[in-house]
Amino acid sequence: MAFDDTKTEDFKVVGQRVKRPDGVDKVTGKAKFGADAVAPGMLFAAIVRSPHAHARIVKIDTSKAEALSGVKGIVTRADFATGLTGGDLDVLENVMAGEKALYDGHAVAAVAATSQLIARDAAKLVEVEYEVLPHVTDVDKAMAADAPVIREGAADQSVPEGMHANVVRYHESGHGDIEAGFAEADLVVEDSFKTEATHQGYIEPHACLAQLGGDNKGELWCCTQGHWNVQKLCAAMLGLETSQLRVTASEIGGGFGGKTAVFIEPVALALSRKTSRPVKLVMSRSEVFRATGPTASTSMDIKIGMKKDGTITAGQGTFRLQGGAFPGAPMEFTAMCAFAPYNLQNVKQVGYDVMANRPKQAAYRAPGSPMAAFAVESVIDELCKKLGLDPIEVRLKNASKQGTKASFGPTWDRIGLVETLEAAQSHPHYSAPLKEGQGRGISCGFWFNHGGETSVTLALSEDGTAQLSVGTPDIGGSRASMAQMAAEELGIPYENIRTTIADTATLGYNEVSHGSRVTYASGLATIKAARAAVKILCARAAAKWGIDEDAVVWENGCAKPSGPNAGEFDPLPIDKLTRSMGRTGGPIVGHFEATPEGAGVSFATHIVDAEVDKETGQTKVVRYTVVQDAGKAINPAYVEGQFQGGAAQGIGWALNEEYIYGEDGRLQNSVFLDYRIPVASDLPMIDTVIVEVPNPGHPYGVRGVGETSICPPLAAIANAVSNAAGVRLKELPMSPPRILAALEDQANNG
Amino acid sequence: MVEVNLWSGLRAFADGKDCVEVDAKNVGEVLSALVEQYPGLEHVIEAGVSVAVDGKVIASGLTEPVKPDSEVYLMQQLKGG
Repeated sequence: MAFDDTKTEDFKVVGQRVKRPDGVDKVTGKAKFGADAVAPGMLFAAIVRSPHAHARIVKIDTSKAEALSGVKGIVTRADFATGLTGGDLDVLENVMAGEKALYDGHAVAAVAATSQLIARDAAKLVEVEYEVLPHVTDVDKAMAADAPVIREGAADQSVPEGMHANVVRYHESGHGDIEAGFAEADLVVEDSFKTEATHQGYIEPHACLAQLGGDNKGELWCCTQGHWNVQKLCAAMLGLETSQLRVTASEIGGGFGGKTAVFIEPVALALSRKTSRPVKLVMSRSEVFRATGPTASTSMDIKIGMKKDGTITAGQGTFRLQGGAFPGAPMEFTAMCAFAPYNLQNVKQVGYDVMANRPKQAAYRAPGSPMAAFAVESVIDELCKKLGLDPIEVRLKNASKQGTKASFGPTWDRIGLVETLEAAQSHPHYSAPLKEGQGRGISCGFWFNHGGETSVTLALSEDGTAQLSVGTPDIGGSRASMAQMAAEELGIPYENIRTTIADTATLGYNEVSHGSRVTYASGLATIKAARAAVKILCARAAAKWGIDEDAVVWENGCAKPSGPNAGEFDPLPIDKLTRSMGRTGGPIVGHFEATPEGAGVSFATHIVDAEVDKETGQTKVVRYTVVQDAGKAINPAYVEGQFQGGAAQGIGWALNEEYIYGEDGRLQNSVFLDYRIPVASDLPMIDTVIVEVPNPGHPYGVRGVGETSICPPLAAIANAVSNAAGVRLKELPMSPPRILAALEDQANNG
Repeated sequence: MVEVNLWSGLRAFADGKDCVEVDAKNVGEVLSALVEQYPGLEHVIEAGVSVAVDGKVIASGLTEPVKPDSEVYLMQQLKGG
């Protein structure tokens, strides 16, 4: 999308650190989240879950549960649509097991009752007869010849012949002559890496309230990153006409990609249809861990060749991703992001999507990219150490820039990697002295960003204020940034805009709040909707003055003649025009519907200092700096918040967080006591530097920022920890036992 | 005619080629022509792809124009978190 009316300077509201309009409600408890929804006559639901990692469901006997006083209805797979195929079938299979339970925690039935307690008791009375089957949870073991087959026939045509049936998709890309590239190198380093699955760790468990009648007309309130997607999927699962289900998104207590899928919503709707009562369903934390969508676990091999001057001559990566018992692990993104920061003449990346007896993975901020950066940037760090080269100089020497060819093919448009590296190099952090026992690491990271279907309406009120309706749930302060962009275009105060997240009956289709797309795509649509409203305002002023519409301009919230030839008229402020709008042509509303395709990619460079206690293996991150290209920061405070949030989650992923499965295939750590996410006292102040290299695909130059910030941390922290410990850490998380094991291995084997 | 670059994993479905020529004026025509000339690519395109045209990644728009000298790359469909 080209813009002949791009604005890059003289902003009045954009770039200001205004307060988010939803902030007070959220910190005072007034905001309504998913579990806050209530309805008269509401029932409460509980889900029966498989205790086995892999088992055939022989029989489900609900008679004892149904006999319990207060139980109003029970659903199993028989209560959902039949005949689904492809992705819809996979979603349904995950929402409610069919013939087999595919992982520990897989839903097999659900109960609705008059109280939560009765529903939970009744769930325990549902008798499920299982035939336990062999299971596998590790990605490498799932690919081995003797691994149990999880689902026959799940592989697509991309998988080469001879692979195990658990390998369901294959990707290969690159260019040049990889062997010739390695032959040119003065040093080649080759190593293998593993990362465990982690959870997004959003503070609000999934929750919804569903009402569906026998006429198949329904209402659903839920916490989600995308309620049009929920509408579409639930309609398919329940055999409804899409438009007959209205979905309203509640406030959301974090998503990070994990709330782009459905888990409980179709179940609550099925129970509501069966009982003719509204049904509320709220997950426990343990259910969130066991049965929503963590990120994929990985096993990766990396080989990179470098000349003595730091020129990378070739890069090769093999990425095996386990994404649960369904196809979809984002191995193609891992492969495509791995070498994206570098201008390589010879590069090859291969990816495998592997099924295992674990929950279906979901997106988690830049899905697949952080793991790739961990592996590739660790090897680059090793090469720099062995060749005595400065890690930022080497990255600058090889950096992707406008006109160079991406590792996945296309020629880059305007990008800001070099600018982030230069900003990192000149930051005081990079030259600050380290203390004894500390190490420093740096890493680059890349994410594509996304546009997607978007629909926005801006309606002016009679007093000259504006109501902005967007369809992308606010997961990071987007109501503020939307209002800032609308205020900028209308020339009115930020406070005069109210932004609402509209329901599915109010706007056209809106894609999920994912892919770092909201500030880019809904922002672009907001600007366009505001410009459409301004065009009407100018037309009304022209009619009043009796001049041509083209002879009117909009400045500082007023219609004005465009010049002396247009005539001499006093400026008409917005409220004077809106006050009479009912008598001058009717309501003034601007709207915009499109699929913007100009989402600019984003790069970041992170610097980390870490301290390792070699006796206990404990690691502390003592200093952290994020440098990232935001294109244009609409609200710098919330951009910095995204930078810091990505770094904080990356610290958890790198040091402590992991899904731990026992020999029985059951998840061992399904509560926050055992699944260790970082808390404030674990973290240093995370410094931020916003680089602004405008995206030519947005009228203000915006690039998405929500995901790129989690791409470099795993690698930057691993490089810092490895430098502090004096041994290369190749497996995440770098928990104390792993660090001690690496130190012991080094002591024993050198 | 427009040159379309395929990711190398697709060579198996395009007679061993990773760059093919199609007659097309927009992204939708590129995808239709690819399926017509190389039916083995149908499952890939049906599953969803993105197309990079002159460095800009088109995630879904079929009407985005393509010129004879455009640099066109077929890419895996982009999503995000």
